[in-house]
Amino acid sequence: MTTYIIRRLLLGIVVLIVASIFVFLMVHVLPGDPLWVVLGENYINYSQEELDELRHVYGLDKPLIGQYFDWLGSLLKGDLGESIVYQVPVIDLLKRRLPVTLNLAVLALLISTICGLGLGVIAAIRRGKWSDTVVSVGANLGITLPNFWVGIVFIYIFAYKLGWLPTYGYTSPFDDFVTHLKMLIGPVLCLSVFGMAAQTRQTRSSMLEVAHQDYIRTAWSKGLTERVIVIRHMVKNGLIPVVTTMGMQVSFMFGGAVLVETVFNIPGIGRMMADGIGMRDYPVVQGGVLLMAVVIVLTNLVVDMAYAWLDPRIRYSYR
Amino acid sequence: MAILLEVRNLRTQFLTDDGLIKAVDDVSYHIDEKEIIGVVGESGCGKSVTQLSVMRLITPPGKITSGQIIFEGDDLMKYEANGPEMRSIRGAKIAMIFQEPMTSLNPVLTIGRQLTETLELHLKMGKSAANRRAAELLDMVGIPCADTRLGDYPHQFSGGMRQRAMIAMALSCNPRLVIADEPTTALDVTTQAQLLELMKALVEEFHSALVIVTHNLGVVARYAQRIYIMYAGRIVESGTCKDIFRSPRHPYTMGLLNCVPRIDDREGRELEAIKGLPPNLGRLPGQCAFLPRCEHAVDRCRVEPWPELQAVADGHHTRCFVNPPGMTG
Repeated sequence: MTTYIIRRLLLGIVVLIVASIFVFLMVHVLPGDPLWVVLGENYINYSQEELDELRHVYGLDKPLIGQYFDWLGSLLKGDLGESIVYQVPVIDLLKRRLPVTLNLAVLALLISTICGLGLGVIAAIRRGKWSDTVVSVGANLGITLPNFWVGIVFIYIFAYKLGWLPTYGYTSPFDDFVTHLKMLIGPVLCLSVFGMAAQTRQTRSSMLEVAHQDYIRTAWSKGLTERVIVIRHMVKNGLIPVVTTMGMQVSFMFGGAVLVETVFNIPGIGRMMADGIGMRDYPVVQGGVLLMAVVIVLTNLVVDMAYAWLDPRIRYSYR
Repeated sequence: MAILLEVRNLRTQFLTDDGLIKAVDDVSYHIDEKEIIGVVGESGCGKSVTQLSVMRLITPPGKITSGQIIFEGDDLMKYEANGPEMRSIRGAKIAMIFQEPMTSLNPVLTIGRQLTETLELHLKMGKSAANRRAAELLDMVGIPCADTRLGDYPHQFSGGMRQRAMIAMALSCNPRLVIADEPTTALDVTTQAQLLELMKALVEEFHSALVIVTHNLGVVARYAQRIYIMYAGRIVESGTCKDIFRSPRHPYTMGLLNCVPRIDDREGRELEAIKGLPPNLGRLPGQCAFLPRCEHAVDRCRVEPWPELQAVADGHHTRCFVNPPGMTG
């Protein structure tokens, strides 16, 4: 088990290194001088000598590989550079905005997983009945609707037409908890629609597959009730693909957060990245991408550990 | 001895895209208390489906369309398939051992848990009592260090050990009837023999009756008191073990016997296979289903419908016009 976790951890580190190379190259493969990124529109006011001197100051005259290691070194010290637009360290921006996105994403993940699992199990054991049809049609719909569109429709109905909920914005739960909740309903719902639909479909099909296994017939032959067979014998076996889907949801959540936070005007990582791209604030974009890479690698690690917990064959093969 | 289970005119059919498959067609048989019987036939002859029907474990598109399954005087057909009455019989009074020990145990539950769940359910044992009993049962089926192996998962057991665990599971609630569906097919020959001996010894100890379903006549020769031979969803011959081996009357039984190698055969005879393939159960002719493969067929076989089972001797029945004299043992 320990060997298994260590192997997964090392693999995660490799992924992070590769991601950091891409993030680093992002600025360098863009056409033009990297100093553009630092100086912005003032660039044209500098003479060639001044630019060369700045290049030396920033280490841009070194070979690319040397620059990468310099950058990586400061990265490991927590220095992600400074935002060109806001003139503050990127790490401070991330610290301020990550909790907002996490709040949104974790809630959405919980809702989509719990509802998706429940609906999927119901659809599977009621296969072919009307409840299965309703759930399956709903899930297919949910998987095809883009979340920004769901967001716009949601705002139109509940905020604009009915006036029940605020149109957009974000309030910290520590300032006003009720408003916080009201403001979260829309974005969390939008963010969870796709996940819920995907999870329902995955759960349904994997439960149906498990239902035809020989050991389920054995369980029936023992005289167990359907409830016990579903909960004890089927769910744990059917959960493995479900956990995979859940892991993938996390990356979808962050991707979706870019859109949903923009639609609902929420100051999270997603909006920060969208703004950063719009304003060519490269250090901010780099910081955001790196953060997402870390989140995804950590998620995969958790998913791998969940596999081992669910399936003894994985757990024992690395002992 | 008293009849424990009597199956009368059982028909089980599957509605598939290829049409209606009559997997079990008018099958009647019985088993007495503490008796061991063999149900023998090729793959797809309906022998497993018959046993699953007795347990009411047929799932759609399969359906038991008619017949009676009288167990201890009660017709199981009057109960709902997964209703409380059937559930209290399954595992408690009739237990089943399946063919594939590799896939018939739940891979994510420990062997111990899979044993204790029936003890808790049917015998209302508490956790610790169930665990102690589970260890005893594993020990009884010959698994060394039983109490430490309760925490193992199926993949940590060899094929033979898994089937031993299945036997322990089947016997755990002291059932009246154990149905072993090809219990040794997936195992090597040495393990097969050990497991058959073990099953015989245990059903005697538990005073249970045993149905051994197999495609291999050699498997039941030593253990079964009576044998039913099935072909194309029907019983084609039934009789005592001696009847079947000494004076088989149905050409199909003879064919099966010719496939079994004999250790006392000094002449180095080649084994004869039955020519042809089993029929498609969706398109059975009205005549004898064995006709296309039969070497003894006469004109009557080609025009008249498949005959009913007829007695050729006391307790020895066959479904054949020809009744060719059997091989002499």
